[in-house]
Amino acid sequence: MTAWLNAHWGLVFRLSGEHLYLALIPVLIGLVIAIPLGWVATQSRFLRATFFYVFGFIYSIPSLALIIVVPVVLGTRILDPINLMVPLAVYTVALMVRSVVDALESVPWHVRAAATAMGFRPLRRFFAVDLPMSVPVLIAGLRVAAVSSISLVSVGALIGLGGLGDLFTEGAQESFIGELVVGVIASLVLALITDIVLVLIGRLATPWTRV
Amino acid sequence: MSLWGLLGQWLTDPAHWRGSTGVPTRLVEHLEYTGLSMLFALIIAVPIGAVVGHTGRGGFAVVGVANGLRALPSLGLLTIVVLAAGLGLAPPVLALTVLGIPPLLAGTYAGVRAVDPAVVDAARGVGMRPWQILLRVEIPNAMPLIFGGIRSAALQVVATATIASAVGLGGLGRFVIDGIAQEVYQQALAGALLVGALAIVIDLVLVVVQRGVVSPGLNQAGLTRRRVRARNTGNSSVPATGARAAHTGGSS
Repeated sequence: MTAWLNAHWGLVFRLSGEHLYLALIPVLIGLVIAIPLGWVATQSRFLRATFFYVFGFIYSIPSLALIIVVPVVLGTRILDPINLMVPLAVYTVALMVRSVVDALESVPWHVRAAATAMGFRPLRRFFAVDLPMSVPVLIAGLRVAAVSSISLVSVGALIGLGGLGDLFTEGAQESFIGELVVGVIASLVLALITDIVLVLIGRLATPWTRV
Repeated sequence: MSLWGLLGQWLTDPAHWRGSTGVPTRLVEHLEYTGLSMLFALIIAVPIGAVVGHTGRGGFAVVGVANGLRALPSLGLLTIVVLAAGLGLAPPVLALTVLGIPPLLAGTYAGVRAVDPAVVDAARGVGMRPWQILLRVEIPNAMPLIFGGIRSAALQVVATATIASAVGLGGLGRFVIDGIAQEVYQQALAGALLVGALAIVIDLVLVVVQRGVVSPGLNQAGLTRRRVRARNTGNSSVPATGARAAHTGGSS
């Protein structure tokens, strides 16, 4: 295993980079979509229940199924990275809408009232008060989304694009366990680093929690 | 003909519904992997989650382990076990058990933690012993969140059982994997839709079971969740994350 690794550091790094790109760009896009959707859901009980139901359902679709359906629906080619990234973004949205709702509702009402009394208009209050205040809960959701996304990317190897998942398919073809172990460990390391970075971002974004 | 037309043709072809490579056989194989894995995951995760939730010790480790397992790529794990132990039931069941543990562990732990301390005190006050409190008070009260974990785990396990076929095993994933390999995309699509439909059916069954098992006094799972959140305001730490994790987690 170490011999293989020493000969293939370059490959592992290249695939790790590809893996992170495939996993995290969709999480970012999903977050950007989930924030307005989550805000809308906090505005009405009915929309909230509907959203939770619909996104819960979407979340139940197997990723391999989505990866196959996307090219049919979007008309992309079967090996296009979009086929993998769209489902990952969809899962992130499905997961994060609930987090955004929880996060926005975790903002104490008196803070919001104080901001309004100081003359913040709704839009500015949302970006300057509500959103920053909800960072801790948002980050908790984002950690789950990012880690799941990283472990899901490997499935893309079954359709020929999977970052570190390529090591799994190649290792399986050559019956070489070392390559598989390297792939699993590298994938775990990526998840761990991402998780730590998210926690740090959360801390940096909420200096008031450390007063 | 469009892919959807071909899909309809595939699904209505009686040849695809009988024999050792037909949908019913593959469905039974799929359920076999799923059922066994869920059983093992329940046996491992629920007692650990309950005891840790009851004593309050080791909560940080439980959440850490749950998140760590979540990060393990199932496809890699599955392939490693196949290479180490050969084909058979062991590889998919092991890989899927590992997948099912995090939501169950997080759900049970968060559920038991979230039981109103006043209720636990009352139970102690009427003379219940610790294990009686756990079995007769905390676990029944934790049922909504435990079931959240069970549903989330079942969903992921059913969906991920698809990839067992990638290493030459059976299950509904056969249609997906062979369909892609042979470029018979209507077959891959049919397999994918069958897995999705199965996931939905299993979730509905679990909802019905949940209605029967959860005490009517706890019917609104939201009650418990609100309590978790209320207790963690200003410090969105372990149990709140755990509760959320029980309801989320990736499908594969």
